[in-house]
Amino acid sequence: MKNLIKEFTKGIIKENPTFVLALGLCPTLAVSVSVANAIGMGLAATFVLLGSSIIISWVRNFIPAKIRIPCFIVIIATFVTVTELCLKAYSPVLDRALGIYVPLIVVNCIVLGRAEAFACKNNLSRSFLDGLGMGDGFTLALVLISAIREFLGSGQLLGHTLIEGFEPVFVFGMPSGALLVIGLLLGFFNFLKNKKI
Amino acid sequence: MTNNFSVSGSPHIHKQGSISRIMWTVVISLIPAGIAGIIIFGWDTLWITLAAVVAAVLTELIFGILTKKKVTVLDGSAVITGVLLAFNLPSGVPLWLPVVGAVFSIAIGKQVFGGIGQNIFNPALVGRVFLMASWPKYMTTFTAPFKFDAITSATPLAALKAGRVLEHISYLDLFLGKHGGCIGEVCILALLIGAALLFIKGYISWHIPITYILTTAVFVYIFGGNKLFGGDWLFHILSGGLILGAFFMATDYVATPLTAKGQLIFGVGCGLLTAVIRIWGGYPEGVSYAILMMNAATPLIGRYTKCRIYGSR
Repeated sequence: MKNLIKEFTKGIIKENPTFVLALGLCPTLAVSVSVANAIGMGLAATFVLLGSSIIISWVRNFIPAKIRIPCFIVIIATFVTVTELCLKAYSPVLDRALGIYVPLIVVNCIVLGRAEAFACKNNLSRSFLDGLGMGDGFTLALVLISAIREFLGSGQLLGHTLIEGFEPVFVFGMPSGALLVIGLLLGFFNFLKNKKI
Repeated sequence: MTNNFSVSGSPHIHKQGSISRIMWTVVISLIPAGIAGIIIFGWDTLWITLAAVVAAVLTELIFGILTKKKVTVLDGSAVITGVLLAFNLPSGVPLWLPVVGAVFSIAIGKQVFGGIGQNIFNPALVGRVFLMASWPKYMTTFTAPFKFDAITSATPLAALKAGRVLEHISYLDLFLGKHGGCIGEVCILALLIGAALLFIKGYISWHIPITYILTTAVFVYIFGGNKLFGGDWLFHILSGGLILGAFFMATDYVATPLTAKGQLIFGVGCGLLTAVIRIWGGYPEGVSYAILMMNAATPLIGRYTKCRIYGSR
């Protein structure tokens, strides 16, 4: 039981996909302009990760090793299509804001990485918890980055102005600001990691 | 006497210079330009410079204490960063702007890479580019010279970019600094006095500044005018931050190549980039971006211009 809980929690801090494994940085850089986008993107990726982890773990014994990557991609693409169509139907605003990055979850390295490194080697319950933990870790990382960027870049948080008279630092709304924030947070998490050991 | 005959490995010939000596000399060499800035744009410039220096030194001190390294405040490198950053700001900016810029320069431009001697970019320029990208409104509003009540005026380069004719500015005005611009870049005369001090002391070599300025001049002369070989090269040398950049920022010891050959390549690269940005780029001025880009190329230049070890093939 303790092991199972560990599978879930490792994705949030110890093996956080963004800050420790440094996977999936492309969508992280692109959609972390506002917290609303980050939550949407995080939940979409979590759903795909969870679904693909379950299915891949379930059918892992039937997939021939030589063509496993195409098989993973088909399974992942199925869930991405479901997500995309749901977004288009129920939240067209968010769909427009995320744009190309929702279909690109197919090739998101976190999803494929967990399928290859974890789900195809572990049983259903462990893969389920791993997918959920990694998805949550990704979402939390995105929210953290986007909160910093949205606050500094536009003086707002979730669209509400926090401090009157704050002069927004435009650079944090631009790609260079995203690289800066992610770089500093990566450094900070590495610092924490090195300190513990 | 015994000290003169100590047995040791090479190098055997020592110079008097130390880091702090060089750094403080550079600070002194920047004073004429600072005084010129005060004369041209008023006392505000002094407060801006002081704010940047104090913020830079305090940031350096705090980082030194936090990282438990030898505190390098007294060697003057943080002071230079503060002064150079302030010299790259317009004179009408609110006082928090140089403070934020200086903190960013030292913290992100220098200390995260490991402090003095480790930075890959010129810290002052990192700060300036950060401010330029963050608050363009303040960074591109220039005060007119000798009018202390905040009448704005375009810099000569910005006016040229907008296609306006500049008949009322003579080359002498440009040389003495009687035009809109950043605090420390306008008075070429004062900058040259400071640069002469550095040359006499031997703290900077001619390679980077001269190739930088010449390349910009030649390129602008060929491509800058309405027809080929018709560009106003003297105007381009005397306006904008070219002189300040070439003598004081492109000669930063840390982020530039070590060998003479490498420095020539560095200077030519800076010159080409500056001229290209000025003629065809979106910004009127490209000195800071040119130097930063060549800073990024410095490791590559260093790799291809290694000195041959004596006796090796």
